[in-house]
Amino acid sequence: MENNNAPLLEMRNIKKDFFGNQVLSDINITLNAGEVLGLVGENGAGKSTLMKILFGMDVIRETGGYEGEIRLNGQAVKFATPFEALAAGIGMVHQEFSLIPGFTAAENILLNREPTKRNIASEIFGPRLDTLDYKAIAERSAQAIQKMGVQISADMVISDMPVGHKQFTEIARELSKEQLKLLILDEPTAVLTEKEAEALLNSIRSMSAQGIAVIFITHRLHEILSVCNKVVIMRDGYVVKESPAKEIDVPEITRWMVGRKVEAAASAAEVRKFDNAPTIMSIRKLWVDMPGETVRNIDLDIKEGEILGIGGLAGQGKLGIPNGIMGLYEAGGTVEFEGKPIPLNSPRKCLDASLAFVSEDRRGVGLLLEESLEWNVAFSAMQIQNKFLKNFGLFSWRDERAIHAVTNKYIDELQIKCTGSRQKAKELSGGNQQKVCLAKAFALQPKFLFVSEPTRGIDVGAKALVLEALKRFNREHGVTVVVISSELEELRQSCDRIAIVSGGRIAGILPASESSEAFGALMVSQVI
Amino acid sequence: MMRKEHAKLNPKRLLQDNSVPLMFVVICLICLPLAGYSPSYLLNELVTRMGRNTFLILSLLIPIMAGMGLNFGMTLGAMAGEIALILVADWQIWGIPGIVLAMIVSIPISILLGVFCGNMLNKAKGREMITSYFISFFMNGVYQLVVLFMMGPIIPIMHATLKLPRGYGIRNTVSLLNMRQQLDNLLAINVGGVKIPVLTFLIIGVLCLVIIWFRRTKLGQDMRAVAQDMEVARDAGINVDRTRIIAIVMSTVMAGFGMIIYLQNLGNFPTYNAHVQIGTFSIAALLVGGASVEKASIGNAFLGVILFHMMFILAPETGTTITGDSMIGEYFRTFVSYGVITVALIMYETKKRMIKSQTGHLLALAQKEEEERAK
Repeated sequence: MENNNAPLLEMRNIKKDFFGNQVLSDINITLNAGEVLGLVGENGAGKSTLMKILFGMDVIRETGGYEGEIRLNGQAVKFATPFEALAAGIGMVHQEFSLIPGFTAAENILLNREPTKRNIASEIFGPRLDTLDYKAIAERSAQAIQKMGVQISADMVISDMPVGHKQFTEIARELSKEQLKLLILDEPTAVLTEKEAEALLNSIRSMSAQGIAVIFITHRLHEILSVCNKVVIMRDGYVVKESPAKEIDVPEITRWMVGRKVEAAASAAEVRKFDNAPTIMSIRKLWVDMPGETVRNIDLDIKEGEILGIGGLAGQGKLGIPNGIMGLYEAGGTVEFEGKPIPLNSPRKCLDASLAFVSEDRRGVGLLLEESLEWNVAFSAMQIQNKFLKNFGLFSWRDERAIHAVTNKYIDELQIKCTGSRQKAKELSGGNQQKVCLAKAFALQPKFLFVSEPTRGIDVGAKALVLEALKRFNREHGVTVVVISSELEELRQSCDRIAIVSGGRIAGILPASESSEAFGALMVSQVI
Repeated sequence: MMRKEHAKLNPKRLLQDNSVPLMFVVICLICLPLAGYSPSYLLNELVTRMGRNTFLILSLLIPIMAGMGLNFGMTLGAMAGEIALILVADWQIWGIPGIVLAMIVSIPISILLGVFCGNMLNKAKGREMITSYFISFFMNGVYQLVVLFMMGPIIPIMHATLKLPRGYGIRNTVSLLNMRQQLDNLLAINVGGVKIPVLTFLIIGVLCLVIIWFRRTKLGQDMRAVAQDMEVARDAGINVDRTRIIAIVMSTVMAGFGMIIYLQNLGNFPTYNAHVQIGTFSIAALLVGGASVEKASIGNAFLGVILFHMMFILAPETGTTITGDSMIGEYFRTFVSYGVITVALIMYETKKRMIKSQTGHLLALAQKEEEERAK
């Protein structure tokens, strides 16, 4: 029952929760053929989840599906896999490249859809032994590239390409699919130079003229205004504003993106000033090679006793700073702690200097999943500071009683929900695992603590507790804390100053009491 | 195909990339005068060994193409070939028909073993080499069970000459005297005292053509895609696991054929350990030819056979000349085989690390440039 008057895409009352954590509520979006829709919002606003639902990604089904209805040309659809979405004419270019590095652009454009020729062997053993028709591959990829309207070399190997051309290869791959009606571009300009981005915008315009609808996700707001028909702004899982692109401007979009209820600002009032405090850590010309989070030329002074927030959009480099200083990724530059230089690329030296790090990678770096909470809490302290050990001259034993006591202390203090201090770490929920990570860092009794994404993937109640615990740790023990988080509000509630990283650099440092809009402007200021 | 060649000829790079073959050229050149063999003897030996081993080594190429590294599991194919030969010997089908029949019989056994091995390797992605190595040890036990206990009572063996005196199980040596070099002698020509087994070389040539053709098929393309990025290949709808299993099955079947060619040349085989080191020696030869864990060509296979076996021929005699003891040469060949594999594996890891630290270096450079511009 194809209805020609129905819009190309209708999303009605889409709801999605991850284990009780509501991430999308009542999303309604309509899109006509040839329309370009700009989708904006902070990280965690739900843009990616929404697109994953539309594209039928496995992660949605594995986490319990979604509520609501999606209609394509007036017909209700429910994609179980991305392949079904592809067959229905939806293409998606993801943030991470999905290309075979050693293949040419043409081979990548037609990957697993190569035109082939039959031969004797394939008659016997099946179509997988068909020989590739290189001429047809060249022709069809050239067609797709032409459709895109940006000139890239079809016979260049991907690994030799500048990053922008890789992006264009991905777009050409989607365009080479004849059934394509709707193309989702997830931050496609993030890796492009100014000129390439302009070419991409032109190509979006030409796609739109050919009747292909485009959903365009980006943090570069002026691009949205120049290319989109309408803008949808999301925040905290809601569509907060939908407007024709002509009737809105960049400051207004920023306001809608980050603007919160008034009470959120209240807690930021207790900002302390540390202008006269000594500098505990001074970072000069730091570069960190952390894939997807590279930073360079970071100069930063951290005052003793403060809580410094480091914020910014995903992929802009904020995570690179702690990971580089703590030696988990290759880094260069100088870092001085209490006046003494800290050697980079050596995690042990950092820990010896009384620095501690709660990693954003809880399961990989942070926890010994198969071990008990006691072990998790005490392990680093045992290894690095010889705490919780009874010394018998030649050898030393674990002091089980001290370990038990300290674990229980933190279980109480941080309200870790568990069956007891001997429960295995992997059996806890995400929020409680995060608390164990904190307890582990606290048990080291560091002078300086990096906490990376402390509230990622945990529910609201646990969030408040974790932030409260950090604040208390800072206030009671005088520990300097650096919190790295994608969620600006969270930083504003817990920090004294907030540095915003954008485009791999520090875009600015503002007191936490500054307005959301000011931070929002910094976040998008140097986005690459 | 339409790939752009833009690698500049950099002498240092060239030397670095070909360090292993060059090292073996040097070793061979040093040994050559010391061993004191006549050129015709050397050539004869070399040609024989090329005919004997090349097919086996070529069987390693497809798994490398599919990104599964050096397939120590080729031993499984060798076992299949041996079982087929035992059966054919018992059926008393000799000569070329016997060889062809043995190849046909080996196919289902190889496929079975290959599917098993491929499934195991899919559970151990990224650790294929060590896994396949131990699968070959495990399968050696199964092989012994079959040949030592099941042949006779369960699998009928008619001829007493094959059986152990106790009435079941196969003797320590299986004689293939009536099959010996039949393949090599058919169509053989003699050039200046050097016997050239034309038919064997023709078979090897056909296999090379098949491999070249295979690279241009859809399946070959899929394998190359899977080798480089399994995630991307899967997202594009390629059945990654199945593709990898097919690669291993193809390798196993080829190894089975290769083993039959190898054994018909020798004329008999030690039942319980003919296959034990075949994987190691084949892999070592391929690596000596300049292949690496992720890249190997037909050229590497041929160069490897020539260099590796040249060393095999020369080493015992050279050892005798220098130390008066031929054992030193025997020691040397085993030592070198394991050594070259170890070096190749280490080089593979170092290369990966080098590439990683290079990106950091580039970042530091970019930062410095920027500072200078700012000044």
